[in-house]
Amino acid sequence: MSEFSQKIGASKAERAAPGEPMVWFSGMWLAIGILMIVFLLSVILVNGLSVFWPKDVVQVELTETSKAGWKQSKYFAGELRKTQQRRVANEAGEAIPEIQLFVGNRDVYGFGFKFIDDSDISRRTFPQDILMVERMEYGDMIAYPVKLQLVGGKEILAGEQGFDEELQSAVERANLRRDKISFIERGEIGGVNREMERLKMKLKKAELNTEGVEKVKLEAEQKQQVLQQEYEKLAAQAAALRKQQNEDIFFYRLVTGEQRSQVVGDLVSFYYPNQLTLAGKISHFFSRGWGFLVDEPREANTEGGVFPALFGTFVMTLIMCILVVPFGVVAAIYLQEYAKQGLVVRIVRIAVNNLAGVPSIVYGVFGLGFFVYILGGSIDSLFYPERLPTPTFGTGGLLWASLTMALMTVPVVIVSTEEALASVTRGMREASLAAGASKWQTIQHIVIPGGLPGIITGMILAMARGAGEVAPLMLVGVVKLAPTLPLDTVAPFVHLERKFMHLGFHIYDLGFQSPDSEAAKPMVFATTLLLIVLVVVLNAAAIMIREKLRKKYSSGAF
Amino acid sequence: MNSASLSPIAMHKENIQSSVQKTGQTDRPVEVVAAEEPSLAGRPDYIKVSDFSFNYVPAVRVLHNITMEIPEKQVTAFIGPSGCGKTTLLRNFNRMNDLIDGVSHEGHIYVNDQDIHDRNLEVISLRKRIGMVFQKSNPFPKTIYENVVYSLRVAGQKNKQLLNEVVERSLKSAALWEETKDRLHDSALGLSGGQMQRLCIARAIANRPEILLMDEPCSALDPIATAKIEELITELKQSFTVVIVTHNMQQATRVSDRAAYFFMGKLIEMDDTTQLFSNPSQKETEDYISGRFG
Repeated sequence: MSEFSQKIGASKAERAAPGEPMVWFSGMWLAIGILMIVFLLSVILVNGLSVFWPKDVVQVELTETSKAGWKQSKYFAGELRKTQQRRVANEAGEAIPEIQLFVGNRDVYGFGFKFIDDSDISRRTFPQDILMVERMEYGDMIAYPVKLQLVGGKEILAGEQGFDEELQSAVERANLRRDKISFIERGEIGGVNREMERLKMKLKKAELNTEGVEKVKLEAEQKQQVLQQEYEKLAAQAAALRKQQNEDIFFYRLVTGEQRSQVVGDLVSFYYPNQLTLAGKISHFFSRGWGFLVDEPREANTEGGVFPALFGTFVMTLIMCILVVPFGVVAAIYLQEYAKQGLVVRIVRIAVNNLAGVPSIVYGVFGLGFFVYILGGSIDSLFYPERLPTPTFGTGGLLWASLTMALMTVPVVIVSTEEALASVTRGMREASLAAGASKWQTIQHIVIPGGLPGIITGMILAMARGAGEVAPLMLVGVVKLAPTLPLDTVAPFVHLERKFMHLGFHIYDLGFQSPDSEAAKPMVFATTLLLIVLVVVLNAAAIMIREKLRKKYSSGAF
Repeated sequence: MNSASLSPIAMHKENIQSSVQKTGQTDRPVEVVAAEEPSLAGRPDYIKVSDFSFNYVPAVRVLHNITMEIPEKQVTAFIGPSGCGKTTLLRNFNRMNDLIDGVSHEGHIYVNDQDIHDRNLEVISLRKRIGMVFQKSNPFPKTIYENVVYSLRVAGQKNKQLLNEVVERSLKSAALWEETKDRLHDSALGLSGGQMQRLCIARAIANRPEILLMDEPCSALDPIATAKIEELITELKQSFTVVIVTHNMQQATRVSDRAAYFFMGKLIEMDDTTQLFSNPSQKETEDYISGRFG
């Protein structure tokens, strides 16, 4: 009892002494931090994943007095995207409730989204036979199917036995043909073009040398003729396929009553949103998610997939790692193991630490000035004079982007490697030296293996920073749409000079540069989610390697 | 003394007998000890320290004019209170102190009649001839096998058969073979403290050095592990010249043939162990071993 009262009567300083208030205070800040991160991640996760989840299509009937209708029509149909209160108050001073519909059919309406006041809606229905069609252009079509007119004049009316199956097989045939056209035009005709380009370069090179020009010219002309014939043959094949694309015709009716038609060659896939069961929705979710990962973007990146951007980010990060890790580790070994610790080394260390704080755009400008213009320009004038004035390496590309990123992340690697090397105990080093090992042997056999987990920690930090960076990349090689991947089956397989796409830039481009930001919004979320997942996957892989190494060389300082 | 003609083991016995006989004599200056046993001088693995002084940062002198001789294939113990310079001297024998910035020395240390500070002598080749066991066991985070063959690996030895033989021989010498022969390729960090220290001994003797330096090898071990290692040291002196630094005077009497007492960076007295402990010539030594200070 006396002890208790003593506690009550204790001075403020004494009460604070055990530190309990600080436990709560510091814990609170951590909790706030965690909450913010969890909130951010869940927003991205929910919005990113819901992009692929098929929603029901609602058909709204507008009231007689409503002015919201399109032309004379009193109907709209679409996915319900948002329910909100309009900030503009009516006469009574109330906020006006409204909905946002994704109505599709941009080719007809001229808009893809429509806000409608709740007061304008007299009836909502969910028609079973309404069709959602993904198209090559103008976004999705939301309409009632009417009939399918196949090549040879055969017609099947919607609702007849076998209509869906016929439409499905027609769309599949069209997709196959589209792939084939793309293969011919990009692959085979691309090959012919490359060959022609090479001939042109050879000719130009010969002209630069001025010797034996006539002979080369004659040869080149002959070869060019052969190539020209080959090109015409391929072009004719492609044209024939294109014509076939237009032979099947799909007729449909909008909710406005207007009847329209479209060639099946423009359709990608279709489904009846209001007929989908849960299983159907799940399978649709996964197939769309998969398409997002492996397809190429369409319509200014707002439709289709992000494969080139995903691949570009991955390859850039990988090359960056290959460049930055040896560079940083070797520099750190000198600083930590060989350099005489003194004022100079301390200054160098402070300088390295400060490099990590330089704004990334500065690295971008440096990369553009030094790598692209000076290094790339010299490479071009030395090795590719015949292509000038078209630059080869003298313009932004994968190599320069990776090098710029490597330069930007090297301080991170140096700092964490130094810490890792310093954590290898003196006893261990002495034991090695006493066994007759040289300094380098000690570093090689004892210090580096012992510090490896810490070195990998540095690599993880560098990767996370490199993969998420956008600003410098815009200057040194990232583009909105790259026609080719940096890795392909054409020798020399790795094309370090090519421009590439990057998820971070893709997000910026979709969100802030696209003509229809409302249509691009779901893609922004999905792409953000994918970038986060990519960074997490890369880090998880590195962490797994680190754990394996830590088990092998257990010195658990990291 | 006719021990020059005897085998090392016989000589060892002879030494013990002679030290027992000499117990009566007192007041022998340190230098005289060496002079009285000329049979030990000039032996191949003989450490001779002559007027050796050592400084850390220029002004801090930690060893003062040490002169001593360490006989071959015997255990020599360095005793003395903390900070008396015994470990510093030990670490000078294989030039481990070179790693510290700003050290300097005067005088000479000869190993096998060779000045170890000779400019022409590679420090690596010196360390290959001298094994060292540290106070805190420091096995590498590698397998038991790789720990033992480390000195051979860094010397470029690749012959697998030879390495296998070395592992077996060294672990047997370190009395660790029976416990580890089935787990040679497991991590050395899974061993117990005593086993780790014996592994370090195996590692130190793997390339058959001439001299084995031990810096308080049992200070972190329990009595059972200590007893094992002491037994091992007695075995090892048949093939190696052992110098051991110890705080534990019982240990010094148990394992060593010769003992040197250091105080404040000076060598106070060096004699046969039985002599030093039973009848020290110097007052400081007597005070220390009888526990009157320290």
